[in-house]
Amino acid sequence: METRIESEVRRALGGAAAISAGSEEGETLASWLAERAGGEGLLDIAYAAVDTPLGVATVAATDRGLIRVMLPNEDRDRSLERLAREVSPRILEAPGQVDAPRRELDEYFAGRRRAFDLGLDLRLVHAAFYRQVLEALRKVRFGETLTYGEIAARAGNPRAHRAAGTAVGTNPLPIVVPCHRVVRAGGELGNYGGGPEMKRFLLELEGALPLS
Amino acid sequence: MAAPPFQALIDEHRRSVLAFLRSLVGPADADDCLQETFLAALRAYPPRETSNLRGWIFKIAHNKALDHHRARTRAPHPVGDGGQLDGAGAAAAPAWLGGRSGGTGGREGAIWSAVADLPEGQRAAVLLRFAVDLRYREIGAALDISEEAARRRVSDALQALRSRIATGKES
Repeated sequence: METRIESEVRRALGGAAAISAGSEEGETLASWLAERAGGEGLLDIAYAAVDTPLGVATVAATDRGLIRVMLPNEDRDRSLERLAREVSPRILEAPGQVDAPRRELDEYFAGRRRAFDLGLDLRLVHAAFYRQVLEALRKVRFGETLTYGEIAARAGNPRAHRAAGTAVGTNPLPIVVPCHRVVRAGGELGNYGGGPEMKRFLLELEGALPLS
Repeated sequence: MAAPPFQALIDEHRRSVLAFLRSLVGPADADDCLQETFLAALRAYPPRETSNLRGWIFKIAHNKALDHHRARTRAPHPVGDGGQLDGAGAAAAPAWLGGRSGGTGGREGAIWSAVADLPEGQRAAVLLRFAVDLRYREIGAALDISEEAARRRVSDALQALRSRIATGKES
């Protein structure tokens, strides 16, 4: 049972939490911290939102390069938690530290960029063959499409089309490593982590598909 | 439990840490203390024990508030400021807290000034309990005492508050 003095004190002091700051102050705190932390080498992962025609995506980068592109349909909090577990929990929202990928994605969606010029951090990709697949994918040009078998061959193992499919399907850097350019042999679009609508949109943007 | 992204810690606790700091050091200095708190937290992040991150972040905030008061106590005092110079122990009856009644007045103002008059440890415990709603386990972690001791400290403080307010001592 709460005593009278207890409830009185709670009522009097409880108002303190109400005089709290707005969310902009939170961003100010995070960007101030990111700046200080950057100078001291305390920040391991910076992330920020990027607007796309199909919703808000998120990019995350380490000092080695871009480590994750989270498409609009992805659960961002869960993905950040996974980064915290697998890479480091020193993660801050810091738009200033991911300027380059944000700008390049903006340009890509505006139709002004056909290739990305970004350093990549592939440490979330553990299997050597998966990395080879993603490296091969990086060389697939804007507007070009190919099948899972073809990407497996380009990665050095033509028979490993299933493994290639997994590598493509678990690509941590969609769009920048263009897994949307891999389609089914029969001509169907096939799966896409960002959803079929996103895949169609990207292929249409690149002129690989007639506009629907 | 794995440590969450540091940003999640900011998003979850920034407001209540700020409220706590405002009540300890005053609104003018709370923002600086807030920055210092989260910078120190980031430097130490993740702590070895991640099951009580709320208690952990408030412990850092409390230390920053004490640092702040110590720095003030060391600073040269204008003549006539006296009365409270017994070192860090006096750390901190923040003058602004007593004057807080400005907006509230009456009973509520009396409670705030009585809280301001509490010894530092009790004041922090009461604010953690009632201003920002921490659990005793978290208060214990924040003040580096056991959960039981945190419970006792809050209850002692309440008793002190009751007698102060009852005797009409409103500073």
